[in-house]
Amino acid sequence: MIEAPVQGPHDLHRRVGVWVEHVSRSFVTKRGVVHTLDGISLRAVPGEIVAVVGPSGCGKTTLLELICGLQTPDAGTVRCDPAALMPQRDLLLPWLSAVDNATLALRARGISRDQARADAAPWLERFGLAGFELARPARLSGGMRQRVSFLRSLLAGKPVLALDEPFASLDAITRAEMQGWLDRVLSSEPRTVVLVTHDVEEAVVLGDRVVVLSPRPGRTVAEIDVPLSRPRRRTDPAVVALRERVYEALGVGA
Amino acid sequence: MRGRSPDWRGLRLPGWRAWLLLAALLGAWELYVDAGGADPLILPAPHAVARSLYTDRSLLWSNFLVTAEEVLLGILVAAIAGLAFSIAIHLSATLRRAVYPLLIASQTIPIPILAPVLVLWLGFGILPKLVVIGLVSFFSIVVTTLAGLAAVDPGLIKLMRTFGASRLRTFRHIELPSALPGLFTGTKIAVVFAVIGAVFAEQAGASSGLGYLFEQSIPQLLTARAYAAVVLLSAFAIALFALLTLAERLALPWAYEPTGEPS
Repeated sequence: MIEAPVQGPHDLHRRVGVWVEHVSRSFVTKRGVVHTLDGISLRAVPGEIVAVVGPSGCGKTTLLELICGLQTPDAGTVRCDPAALMPQRDLLLPWLSAVDNATLALRARGISRDQARADAAPWLERFGLAGFELARPARLSGGMRQRVSFLRSLLAGKPVLALDEPFASLDAITRAEMQGWLDRVLSSEPRTVVLVTHDVEEAVVLGDRVVVLSPRPGRTVAEIDVPLSRPRRRTDPAVVALRERVYEALGVGA
Repeated sequence: MRGRSPDWRGLRLPGWRAWLLLAALLGAWELYVDAGGADPLILPAPHAVARSLYTDRSLLWSNFLVTAEEVLLGILVAAIAGLAFSIAIHLSATLRRAVYPLLIASQTIPIPILAPVLVLWLGFGILPKLVVIGLVSFFSIVVTTLAGLAAVDPGLIKLMRTFGASRLRTFRHIELPSALPGLFTGTKIAVVFAVIGAVFAEQAGASSGLGYLFEQSIPQLLTARAYAAVVLLSAFAIALFALLTLAERLALPWAYEPTGEPS
């Protein structure tokens, strides 16, 4: 169930956030029924950043699609503010310039191209894309493409962002830069964020809370609070200690 | 601002190797006919064809204009109809299941069988020619355009749904642009069929055009003139193909961009 869109993303009070209660989801395939999620619960209060980590195939993408209203649960309840997805691969349209890709959500609502471009111009500047507004994706670096992709989801104006392994395709150096960048963006543009990731360090550096899922069928095995101030350094002993706790919960501890 | 100028790589005239090969083939042909290998009424020598191209130039040109008009209009009609048809069967699985097998079957009907029927129904004007050209061009256009429509990443459709986009806006912003490279590819393939289709259509009933000229020249033992008509048709098909390639580069520069990071 998705509530009607509210005024804007900034009034985070009187919001549900993300509320997933005892949700199960299975799919029928040629090989039989695959239980993707089994009684999973996930709660993000408005403005909270919840990082979800788990082994491959634990149903993380299904979870995000449930939150975005792209799927309905077989059992349980999903109550969420309107959510915009940021897909794993950037999925930028190769025929559109950076600014026109970034404003896709605005165009999808029927806003004219000129108006959308004008609205997005300060954002491109802020996101370090000045001078590349009219460059098509083929001319952009991996980090720039990911920033355009994030901006596209941000400009959708939904209070919830569902990020599906946003930096998985980047090299390690660019990924570290982008994590610092996302941290700064979210502190100035607060959103309720569900960040699905394979990267335990990323989860601890960016999340207010880390939710650890089991292998398929996915269920919550641990919830770890990250009560550390931002920005967090990955070498900070407190960050390292929490990272080890997440690894332990995943069953790959030292 | 960067990335605006089109990429012209791969858009060159045939190199000297192509001309050399052509010269060698023509030379072998000439020697074969001159040595008495074939009756010039069956297979005229290249020099005879070249002479006809020159001496019959006004006759060939006036008939060429007729065929060129048919082919250009026919391709245009086929491209528009092909795009519309592709969109319709892309959006409706029911329609696709019902119509696609018939579309394939329609391509197996030999045009010489169909063309007289069309002349009977539609007369001797340009209309039956457009229908024939449209029919032979339609299939390749639909197949490649549909492939473009179907190749859209399902993730993009999901993304547009989370953005609250209507089906129409998703189609307009995502699927339609994705189909355009396929439309160009199909139209380029169709050019060759269109020229052949025009010849068959004219042979079934026409009073002008290169296909008509071809049909008239053979019984008059003017084989070299018939060959000259064929040379013109081939040159026309090559020119159309090149023109479409050029138009595609201008209209869809993004489809030719190498992906990669700026250095």
